Amino acid sequence: MTGSLQLDENGRLKHLLTIEGLSRELLTQILDRAETFVAQPRRKSALLHGRTVVNLFFEASTRTRTTFELAAKRLSADVINLDVQASSTSKGETLLDTLATLQAMHVDMFVIRHPASGAAHFFARQAGPGVAVLNAGDGRHAHPTQALLDMFTIRKHKKDFRKLSVAIVGDILHSRVARSDIRALRTLGTADIRAIGPRTLIPAEVESLGARPYYSLDEGLEGADVVMLLRLQKERMSGYYIPSPGEFFRTFGLTRQRLAQLKPDAIVMHPGPINRGIEIEGDVAYGERSLILQQVTHGIAVRMAVMAMILGEGRGRRGKA
Amino acid sequence: MSNGTASVLIANARLLDPSSGMDATGFAAIRGGVIVHAGPKAPKGRFEETVEAAGRWLMPGLVDLCARPREPGAMYKASIRSEMAAAQAGGITALCMPPDTRPVIDTPSVVDRILGRVAHAGGRLDVLVLGALTQGLAGEALPDMAALAGTGVVGVSNAYAPLANVLVARRALEYARGVGLTVHAIPQERSLSNGGCAHEGAVATRLGLPGIPTAAETVAIAQWLALVEQTGARVHFGRLSSARGVEMIAQAQAKGLPVTADVAAHQLFLTEDDIGEYDAQCHVLPPLRTQADRAALREGVRTGAIGAICSDHQPHEADAKIDPFPMTEPGISALETLLPLTLQLVHERLLEPLAAAARLCSGPAAVLGRPLGSLSAGAPAHLVLVDPARRWTLRGERMRSAGRNTPFDGRAFRGRAARTWHAGVCVFDDGAPLV
Repeated sequence: MTGSLQLDENGRLKHLLTIEGLSRELLTQILDRAETFVAQPRRKSALLHGRTVVNLFFEASTRTRTTFELAAKRLSADVINLDVQASSTSKGETLLDTLATLQAMHVDMFVIRHPASGAAHFFARQAGPGVAVLNAGDGRHAHPTQALLDMFTIRKHKKDFRKLSVAIVGDILHSRVARSDIRALRTLGTADIRAIGPRTLIPAEVESLGARPYYSLDEGLEGADVVMLLRLQKERMSGYYIPSPGEFFRTFGLTRQRLAQLKPDAIVMHPGPINRGIEIEGDVAYGERSLILQQVTHGIAVRMAVMAMILGEGRGRRGKA
Repeated sequence: MSNGTASVLIANARLLDPSSGMDATGFAAIRGGVIVHAGPKAPKGRFEETVEAAGRWLMPGLVDLCARPREPGAMYKASIRSEMAAAQAGGITALCMPPDTRPVIDTPSVVDRILGRVAHAGGRLDVLVLGALTQGLAGEALPDMAALAGTGVVGVSNAYAPLANVLVARRALEYARGVGLTVHAIPQERSLSNGGCAHEGAVATRLGLPGIPTAAETVAIAQWLALVEQTGARVHFGRLSSARGVEMIAQAQAKGLPVTADVAAHQLFLTEDDIGEYDAQCHVLPPLRTQADRAALREGVRTGAIGAICSDHQPHEADAKIDPFPMTEPGISALETLLPLTLQLVHERLLEPLAAAARLCSGPAAVLGRPLGSLSAGAPAHLVLVDPARRWTLRGERMRSAGRNTPFDGRAFRGRAARTWHAGVCVFDDGAPLV
């Protein structure tokens, strides 16, 4: 069902809602396309000239929105940023009204971030024909462009996804990044995917996602080629998920000492923004193993690739005219 | 359709009377709004109307333990009038409303107001009312429960609202027992369901939906059962959703505790997998759980540990389901699928026709302590003539309920109500020729 919603009859991207349902070939195609944009970072392309992209963010975000904005602008699209307080749109009518109003302005693509899981699917179903929806994060569900940029970054440094051991550490339960990363890794052939964290932050039946749970960081990091840290949200730092940020750092934080025990060529990633001294020790965050800043750079290229594949090349609503 | 209380002879139907165990082809007769005869032989006397019913089943009108007509308080969703028509078309002649209306049913005047609305809408449906277990459903203070009992409420319940603490639950049980009222509990520990909207399992994990663990149900059942042991009060557990919940109820019944249970019909057919890609029509509370849970619920219905199947009817306006899944309102418009889904259990050979009638009629009537769900002479002539073989497809736009929110839209069914009588008056006739 996902396939039919985000892919057209020729199997090409119509929306990007989730990694689920995308083939290995299509993921590879997106990553290859992103390579062309990384190679010429400052060069402006006219692919989306005359197109309008709306960043519709129901959740606060600086870096994700900025990279989407830059990506669209480098493709010469007109970009509008709308920050909508989710609390003021708790009624379905308002969400629909927002969408309908914006569609009446002949928008070609919505980049949507929303706190409710399934929001991107909802908008894609409600959007008119030829209007694309790009999921910039919906609740705990999916953050597909983050997963794509993570795969892009891994591919830059590692040869074969099938031979990798990937450790994902932290708040897996609430993480759309973890869900999308696990799905993308599986699609690309990675068999050894580990979900590491305290039991309170590992979702029920995590194995069904294709990840093996580890409740000890040392065990989970053993032999890992890639360590992907997740951001721990402030509201979960105390109470019944974890007792305190300090205890989390002591049990699941990536310190220099733990870094030294990793394989010599292991890489460290984080979707940002980092919590220094909680998920990761400051020195490690920008140390030589860390690819955190590369991830940001790659994020723009990957988002350009997705936008170009959905709207470029004479596709989308007005492309047909 | 007849408007008065004509005398009617229903001939050659398969008579299903779960209250007496009768399952025989024969004749039933209505006179003056009551059943005057039901048995293998034809009754004496003349009747104004004879219904030839070969191949049909005649059973007592359905007694639905939980349906929300949305009146008072949410008439933008539905009304007693609209839902009365839906119930009649579904073969339902009595339904029980939980007290979570606006205003809450916590005083006799609200009960009177509702019964007045029922009469105003024609009165051709027994609307039975549950009073609030606590004032305003706020979970803290008891309402004037003896006064409520005096108005004829069939029990008391706090619906989905939590109680402030276990002491309130204990006192409420003791007091309810004292005034002879059954407490209807929807077992759900609010702190464990914690704002969730789907079963905590593989599907919720994949879709990133906040989960409701099975323990939200079992913890609540365990707590109520401990208090039943303490107080001796009667508790009816509504809307079971888990295998473990069924097991706990069956064990309590085996020990002789005065507890009964029901399940919503949709729980016997759907599982978490039906949520698919965020199908909001499958957003229900308690949530759809696993295939193993569904199998155990079916087994509980078969053995009778679950003595009643109800609709858990919750009609909504269209907008209530047009939102991202977690933001949609839970519930299904279900009056018109209660009988067809239960007939499906007969076709699947889980239930004999008589057992199906027991779960829909005499079982719920026993929970309510009302002389309903029976074909015995002298009982009110609330009857449904079922065409068990009729093939049809549910279409939302053709539903009589004001709420068209159903995950069964487009589903092919076998069997439905052909005619419904309330107190001897034909209130629904599907128009299909009987012979």
